[in-house]
Amino acid sequence: MEFQDLQIMAEQERSRRKAIRIHCCTSSGCQASGALELFHQLQAAVEAAGQSERVDIVGVGCMGFCGQGPMVSVEADGVLFEHVRPEQAPEIIASLDGGPCNVKQGDHAHPFFARQLHIVRRNGGVIDPERIEEYIAVGGYQALYHVLHEMSPAEVIDAITRSGLRGRGGAGYPTGLKWATVAKSPGERKFVICNGDEGDPGAFMDRSILESDPHLILEGMSIAAYAVGADQGYLYVRGEYPLAIARLQKAIAQARKHDLLGSQIFDTSFNFRVDIRVGAGAFVCGEETALIASIEGRRGQPRPRPPYPAEHGLWGYPTLINNVETFGNIAPIITNGADWYAGIGTERSKGTKVFALTGKVRNTGLIEVPMGMTIREIVEELGGGTPDGTPVKGVQTGGPSGGCIPEALFDTPVDYESLAEVGSIMGSGGMVVMDATTNMVEIARFYMEFCMDESCGKCVPCRTGTVQMYRLLSKISAGQATAADLATLEQLCHLLRETSLCGLGQSAPNPVQSTLRYFREEYERLLRKRVTINLTSR
Amino acid sequence: MKRHQYRADALIEVLHKAQELYGHLTEDRLLAIAHSLHLPPSRVYGVATFYHFFSLTPQGEHSCTVCLGTACYVKGAMELLATLETESGLRAGSTSADGKLSLLTARCLGACGIAPAVIVDGNVAGHADPEVMRARVRALLDED
Repeated sequence: MEFQDLQIMAEQERSRRKAIRIHCCTSSGCQASGALELFHQLQAAVEAAGQSERVDIVGVGCMGFCGQGPMVSVEADGVLFEHVRPEQAPEIIASLDGGPCNVKQGDHAHPFFARQLHIVRRNGGVIDPERIEEYIAVGGYQALYHVLHEMSPAEVIDAITRSGLRGRGGAGYPTGLKWATVAKSPGERKFVICNGDEGDPGAFMDRSILESDPHLILEGMSIAAYAVGADQGYLYVRGEYPLAIARLQKAIAQARKHDLLGSQIFDTSFNFRVDIRVGAGAFVCGEETALIASIEGRRGQPRPRPPYPAEHGLWGYPTLINNVETFGNIAPIITNGADWYAGIGTERSKGTKVFALTGKVRNTGLIEVPMGMTIREIVEELGGGTPDGTPVKGVQTGGPSGGCIPEALFDTPVDYESLAEVGSIMGSGGMVVMDATTNMVEIARFYMEFCMDESCGKCVPCRTGTVQMYRLLSKISAGQATAADLATLEQLCHLLRETSLCGLGQSAPNPVQSTLRYFREEYERLLRKRVTINLTSR
Repeated sequence: MKRHQYRADALIEVLHKAQELYGHLTEDRLLAIAHSLHLPPSRVYGVATFYHFFSLTPQGEHSCTVCLGTACYVKGAMELLATLETESGLRAGSTSADGKLSLLTARCLGACGIAPAVIVDGNVAGHADPEVMRARVRALLDED
């Protein structure tokens, strides 16, 4: 494959496009709402109307507005249909020629769409993720070509460093720095791992990216492999995401067929293979050392760091681990330049972040916004507030490792530092909105139960601490706790944070601490009940 | 196993395949896998029991999995689960005595946009309504 071949493929793909392209979302969310049946009905309707020459029905990746699925959009005039039922397919096809159409239409000017900035998700809902030709037609794999032919590994690392990109898995470690460490580490072999073990309940960005644009991730991984000197990559994907796995397998096979993965890519000496590893349902495997253990076929238990995987990772070799979304940013940075990327976002958090906006909010789905947008803008403008107008109480970010942010602090901008300051974390990007009816003690208890179940059992503070904390929270919840129990709970928070081996245990107290910090009265109200009962019984 | 060249690090892949083929993993099968991959049985058993995805007991003919991720939780998944538990007489995580139905829970299916979500026999249903789901579970239990 040469650069010209890429351009020829892109040109061929563009020329075979028909006059009208209708996109039908076929991602997991919309499939659950009946998108596949709709897709077939749309095809049948085009045929029945004798429009096959003019109209193409394309199954595309996620458009983001999952709560309104299945979604259908007409590319040329930008009409967007929501909640489409299969029997409405003929109506949509007829509307192309001005026929009457009663299908609910969405509005592109709505803040939910208008305020977004798509970098990682730019192809979501636009291309067919199962065809490499479509990815190439929108400029895919050109960044990889550019890197292999015109840049040295050091230059690539420098570009990523200058872009200011930070890890999107949650902790926000500077990506360029990580790459440089792996590149520097001596080793006969090196590995690149993409962490797609998106375990946080309430987060589904990675699933959507993998389902909607698998080649973007493969290209990002290839560029990373060239930069750090690796020849083998692993994509670790949750077993709960069958569609993402199937599409990745397809994408890898297509990339191999076109020599975009394998040996001597673009006629250079660069070789890179990618294999998929399917997770088996263990939250702790999102932790990098546990993930490595899992790829090696062992129990997914973390080990103490250092040494970091960058120096001593998979089978003892230097290993680069980045999150799906991080890899998704690589090709755009190479294409548009580091300065372009560094111009987006805040001073210390660059670029965009994809959030999964869910819970008690009118518009649920995936959003990609520039760093620094405030939580209020996200919840109220993009999210449209709560469905029934109940006041919003708070928002939970970062899953079981994150915290609850109260409405009073909604003017906090979303960037790594600001979220940490208010006691939460960026995390992988789950954002669950809670209204006045949500019981915060129950939420804390819910997350603690999650951590208790998911604790791998290796270190004592996490294994027994989560159980104790869960019991205390249950006791409080049942109205049987005393002030002393609350004090013990707070002590345990401190203990787990300071003494646990890995991130799971260290961050397990976060939901408790943040709800205690902002919603303490809810805990105390449950305590007081006990006191009054005691007094009356005397 | 041949495809993975009997490599020890392919254990999880092999277990995935075995479960896909047989539905669940028995001790005999685990022993056979240990033998082929030249691994101690303790290691295979340890891995198989560590991951939630692998099951050492047979599953029901039908399965109904209620998602208990945060988004579903906030949108009433617990009430939904309670309804289904009462209707089926099963506790979450167990299978009915006649082997008809397994009632299970999941930690986030990644379908938060359509919370609360339930998977019935591999098909995801979004915006699940307790009454509708109750009827579906009843139908699964009653069918011959």
